[in-house]
Amino acid sequence: MLENFSFRTIVEYLPLFGQGLVTTVWLSALSFVGALIVGIVLCAMNLQRGWLFRAPAKAYIDAVRATPLLAQLYFLYFGLPRLGFVLPELVVGIIALSLNSGAYIAEIIRAGILSIPRGQVEASVASGMTYVQRMRLVVLPQAFKVTIPPLLGQAIVLVKDSALLSLISVAELTRAGQLLASDRFMPAEGFLTIAAFYLLLYYCIKGLAVLSSRWLGTAGARA
Amino acid sequence: MIWHQFLSLAGSYPLALRGLGMTVVLSLISLVLGTLLGFGLGILRTGGNRLISIIIGAWVDLIRGTPFLVQIFLIFFILPEFGIELDAFTAGIRSVPTGQVEAALASGLSRWQRMRQVVLPQAMRIVLPPLVGQYVLLIKDSSVVSAIGLTDLTRVGWLVVQRVPNGLLVFFLVGVGYFIVCYPLIMLARRLERRIGAAHGEVQL
Repeated sequence: MLENFSFRTIVEYLPLFGQGLVTTVWLSALSFVGALIVGIVLCAMNLQRGWLFRAPAKAYIDAVRATPLLAQLYFLYFGLPRLGFVLPELVVGIIALSLNSGAYIAEIIRAGILSIPRGQVEASVASGMTYVQRMRLVVLPQAFKVTIPPLLGQAIVLVKDSALLSLISVAELTRAGQLLASDRFMPAEGFLTIAAFYLLLYYCIKGLAVLSSRWLGTAGARA
Repeated sequence: MIWHQFLSLAGSYPLALRGLGMTVVLSLISLVLGTLLGFGLGILRTGGNRLISIIIGAWVDLIRGTPFLVQIFLIFFILPEFGIELDAFTAGIRSVPTGQVEAALASGLSRWQRMRQVVLPQAMRIVLPPLVGQYVLLIKDSSVVSAIGLTDLTRVGWLVVQRVPNGLLVFFLVGVGYFIVCYPLIMLARRLERRIGAAHGEVQL
């Protein structure tokens, strides 16, 4: 039973958990930015008419979606050194998370752009807008609104996925829990504490999602 | 050099098959249990009792708000402290299904009486695409059980790469294994989605 659950040890290890939490937050944030870039590029390729750009983008998105992140992470972790890139584990992890989430974000953005009624696109073509004007003035502002909630959902997934980086010994939150579990043989203290921290992050992003939907809702009402 | 590695890899194909088998069996059992649990909780949550739906909602948040790896560690390391000894396999299965609740919840199911005749058959059509999508997630998530020492496909890759130091090739092949299992399901989910979209008179752009 858990009658000798030691809060004192948790307090003692609090600096370690704090560091882990901070690392998890900034590496997730960095990976999210990377994923946005990857996603936008992939989506732009995917929306082209010719197959030259479309085919590789589609193949990449399917390959990422049909394989587990852990296998992708190991692929880069064991594979990159073979190609001559010897990088720190943390960098490998950020690359893996960016490349993985990017594929999902590409689909989110695509769904957002395709949600704009065809009539609007035709109307802007008819009124003589260029491609850039059409995108900038008509499609993207509306698509932006539609994509924010699922993007925040993807951010939650990314934060949770970042726990896998502990398996290539990146010193993030889950790693801190593992350390406490193995140093002091206190798995309950270690893993329950990090679970609480992840929940905290989850509710923060969820709160952000609620706020943004309220804000976007009013923005929509004003327009 | 490469040829040598190929031979060595070819030699470990029984291990790879066992790993793939483990992944498929683990996923299948979890899929059945998870679907039952998910439907049960989903129906209970919309059953009208506020207390029950609040508890289930909190449980879903708890599961959705923490990484799967952490859940696996919790089950694997902490249940023994309560005198519940699970071998890795059972622990793996226990922890997989919970993520499935959402798909059933997403349908907005209604009361039990109306359930069987009216709601379920119609809800099924709405639930099916995200449910199949959830199965793909489940199969991919099952790779995380390699962290508690189950010899699934990912763990096989990890074991083989210690002998054959070609991470690119080994994990490419691991990826192919997952792709073979997951891609048909992804295609199925897309088809179902399109069919249901067409049934509702939505225009595919």
